[in-house]
Amino acid sequence: MSKDVSKERSMIIQKEMISGLFKELSMAKETGKKVVYTFVPGNISELILSFGMLPVYPEINALQAGMRKKSADYIRDAEQHGHSEDVCTYVKCDVGMMLNGNIGPTGEKIPAPDLLLLSYTGCFTFLKWFETLERLYPGVPVALLHTPYQEAHKITPEMTTYMVKQLKEEVIPKMEMVSGNKYDEEKLKSILRNSSKVEDYIIKIFETTKNRPSPIDAYFAGVYYIGPINSGFRGTPEAVNYYAELYSEILLRVEKKLGPITPEGEMEEERFRLVVEGPPNWTHFREFWKLFYDMGAVIVASSYTKVGGVYDMGFRVNPDKPLESLADYCMNCYTNLNLQQRTDLLSKCITDYHADGFLVNSIKSCNSFSAGQLMIMQQLERTLEIPIGFIESDLVDPRYFSYSNIKNRLESFFQMLEQRKMIFTQE
Amino acid sequence: MSTLQEIVAHCEELAFDLSFKRAGAWKAQGKDRVVIGHLPVYFPREVIHAANGLAVGILGGGDKKLIIKGDAYYQSYICHMPRSVIELALDKHFDDFDGFIFPSICDVIRNLSGMFQMLGEGKFVKYLDFPQNFKHHIGGTFYRYELQTVLDEIHKLNGVEVTAERLNHSIGMFNLNRALICQLYDIRNEFPWRMTAADVYHVVRAGYVIPVEEHNEILSQVIHLIQKEAGNPTDKIRVLVMGAFCEQPPVGLIRTIELAGCYVVEDDFLLGARWIQGDIETGSADPMEAITTAYLEKSTFSSSVYDVGNPKEARLIDLIRRRKVDGVIFAAPSFCDPALLDHPILQKECNDKNIRFISFLYSENTGQFKVIKEQVGTFSDSIKLWD
Ligand code: SF4
Ligand code: SF4
Repeated sequence: MSKDVSKERSMIIQKEMISGLFKELSMAKETGKKVVYTFVPGNISELILSFGMLPVYPEINALQAGMRKKSADYIRDAEQHGHSEDVCTYVKCDVGMMLNGNIGPTGEKIPAPDLLLLSYTGCFTFLKWFETLERLYPGVPVALLHTPYQEAHKITPEMTTYMVKQLKEEVIPKMEMVSGNKYDEEKLKSILRNSSKVEDYIIKIFETTKNRPSPIDAYFAGVYYIGPINSGFRGTPEAVNYYAELYSEILLRVEKKLGPITPEGEMEEERFRLVVEGPPNWTHFREFWKLFYDMGAVIVASSYTKVGGVYDMGFRVNPDKPLESLADYCMNCYTNLNLQQRTDLLSKCITDYHADGFLVNSIKSCNSFSAGQLMIMQQLERTLEIPIGFIESDLVDPRYFSYSNIKNRLESFFQMLEQRKMIFTQE
Repeated sequence: MSTLQEIVAHCEELAFDLSFKRAGAWKAQGKDRVVIGHLPVYFPREVIHAANGLAVGILGGGDKKLIIKGDAYYQSYICHMPRSVIELALDKHFDDFDGFIFPSICDVIRNLSGMFQMLGEGKFVKYLDFPQNFKHHIGGTFYRYELQTVLDEIHKLNGVEVTAERLNHSIGMFNLNRALICQLYDIRNEFPWRMTAADVYHVVRAGYVIPVEEHNEILSQVIHLIQKEAGNPTDKIRVLVMGAFCEQPPVGLIRTIELAGCYVVEDDFLLGARWIQGDIETGSADPMEAITTAYLEKSTFSSSVYDVGNPKEARLIDLIRRRKVDGVIFAAPSFCDPALLDHPILQKECNDKNIRFISFLYSENTGQFKVIKEQVGTFSDSIKLWD
C-alpha cells in the first residue's frame, strides 16, 4: 500500500460544495431561502433548485451522524421516545438528531423545513418517516409524490402520466406557494441539461472499473462520488465541474495503471474484483473498507451507488420533456426496480466488470434492500456459478456491527475466491 | 340451523385450511372459474368476483406451518409472514391458484411479489400500487388503471367479460358482507360475552377463503344466534387491539388477551374485510368508478396509507370513543416497519388523552403467551383498580 494520501482536487471541490450548501442552509432564515426536506432515491432536486429553494436530505444527515459516531446516542434518544428497536435506524437517527437540536454534519444547525417533499421512491419507510416529521414540524405543508413501482419490469405511459399529474397539480403548486416563485419550465430545462451532462460523466466514471487494475473502488469510494448528485447538486454547474474534474483524475489513474485510492493510500495489488449489493455500514466505515483493501479486494460495481438513479441501462433525463423525465428518473432508481430487474442488473455488472465474486451486505434495518436479497443470491449463484458472500450489519446502529463476525465471514469468502482462482489458473 | 359452536368450528377449519380445499372445490365446478390469491391488507374482491373468480386472502401459515425452506429466503430480521407464504408456495399449497395480487403496503410485500415472479408462481403476479394520491383525476385514474390490469390478466385466463351488471351484482354481495361483519362487530361491542374475540376472528377469517355468498350465509346465521342473550357478562376491561393489520396474531394470543381480563371489542386483525367504510354504490353505469370512489373516499385508516390531512391519531381516538374502550393494546409483528413506526404517534396521542395502553410484539407462530398474559393481566387490573 502506498502511503500517499494527498487529497485530489475533486475531493477538495466536493468538500467545498457540501460545506457551502450547509453554510447556505444555516443562513437560510436570514437570507429568506426556503428549505425543502426530501429523500435521496428519486430526489427531484432540479425542480427544487428551479424554485430557488435549498434541499435537505435526512438520510444524508443520518449517514453523516453514523460516520461521526453520533448515531448511537441519537438512536437511543429516539428509542426512549417510543421508537421500536426493530425499525429503520435512519429514521431513529434523524428523530434523535432533531431532539438534539438538529445540528448537521458541519456542526451548523439545519433549519426547519418550509416544505416536506415526500417523493418516496422504492421504500415505504419514507412515507412513515414523513408522517413522523410532519408531526415534529406541525403546519409545514407536505407535497406527496407517489412513485409507482416497476412491478411489470417496465414504466408504462400510465405510470408516467400519474406522476406528471402529481408534479403539476400537487408538487409544483406547493413549491410555488412556499417559494413565492412561479414555475419556470425554461429554467428547469436548462438545469436538466446539466443533469444530463452529469449523468454521462457518472457512467463514464463507474465504467472505468472495467480496467485492470480498477482505478477506483465503486462502493467505498463510490459513495463519495455520488455525494454531489445525492445531496442536491444534480443539475448545477458545480456538479458538472466536479464530475469533469473527477473523471479526468480517474483517466490519469487508468493511464498510469494505478489502483484505487484508499484512506491509507493507493491499493497496489488488485487480487479480487467484487460486485456488492446493499448499503454500506457507516458507523465503522473505515474499518469496514480496510477489511477489503487489506485483502486486495476492490469493488468494481455496487448497487448502492445506483440508489439515486440508474444510468447504466441507458436512462438519461430529457430536458425537452422535463416533467416526464423527472418522473421516469424517479421510477428508474435502483430500489424501485423489481427483484428480477435488480438481479439482472447485478448479473450484468458481474459480467461486464469481470467480477470474481458477489457479496451482499445485508442491512438489518432496511427492508427495501434486504427483503429478497437471499433470492437474488440464489439466482446469481445458479446462473453465473460465481462465489457468493454474505455479511450482515446496519447503516447507523453500531450495535449491529460485529467486526469479528464480518471479518470471519469475509476471510472465508476470500479463501473461496482464492481457491477458485487457483483452479482456474491450473486449468 | 347449526349451533354457534358448530359454525365457529366449521369456520376455524376453513380459515386455517392451508390447502385451500374450498377454493379448489369451487374452481372445479366451472371451466372458466379462477382462483386469485391476494396478500393483506385490502383488495376490492368485487372485481374478481365479477370476473368469475374467487379472491382468496393469503395471510401466511400462522402457527400451523413449520418453516423449513422459508428461512433460506429471509433474514432473521424480517417479519415472519412472508417466509411462511414462501414455504406454502414451495410446498405447492397454491397449486389451485391462477394468479396473485400483492397490494402495496410495505417493502417486504413488494419484494415478495418479485420472489413470486421469479419462482414462477401462478399464471400472473400483480403488485398493485394503491395510489397515495386521493384526487379522483390523479390517484383515482391510476387506481382504475391498476385494477384494469388485474382484469386484463384474468380475461386472458378465462375470457369472461366484466359487464356493469355483473360488477354491480358483485358489489352488492360484498356490501352485504361488509355490513354483516360490521353488524357482528357492533353486537359484540355491546355484548362481548356472547361470543369470544377468537370466535369472531374465525368467522371473519373464513370469509377470506370461501365464496362471498357462503360467507354471507354464515354471517347471517351467526348474527341471528348472537342476537339472543348467551353467557354472562364478566368484569373485564374493554380493549382495542392495534397493529396487527398484516401478519396475523396467533389465535392463542387473542385468546390470551381475553383470558387475561379483557374484551377485545375492536381490532385491526382482518382489516381488509372492513376496509371500505359503508357501502359502494351498486346502481352505477360505471361501477369501476364506484369502486374507485369508495377507495378514495371511504377507506379506513391503516399504516399503509399516508394520512396527510386525515391524521390517524384523531381517527384512533374517534374509534376509542365510539367503542367505549378502556385501554389500547398495541400488538404488532416483530420487524414490521409500517405498524411500529405508527406506534410512537398513536401512543403519544393516547398519553395526551389519558388513554391507557400497553404494547408488545408477536410473530404469527408465537407459541408462548405467559409473559403476554401477565402483562395484559396487570394492565387490566390496573385499569379496573384506578378507573
Ligand atoms: S428502509 Fe432502507 S431505503 Fe428505506 S429509509 Fe430506511 S434505510 Fe432508507
Ligand atoms: S408484517 Fe409488516 S413488514 Fe411484514 S409484510 Fe406485513 S406490513 Fe410488511
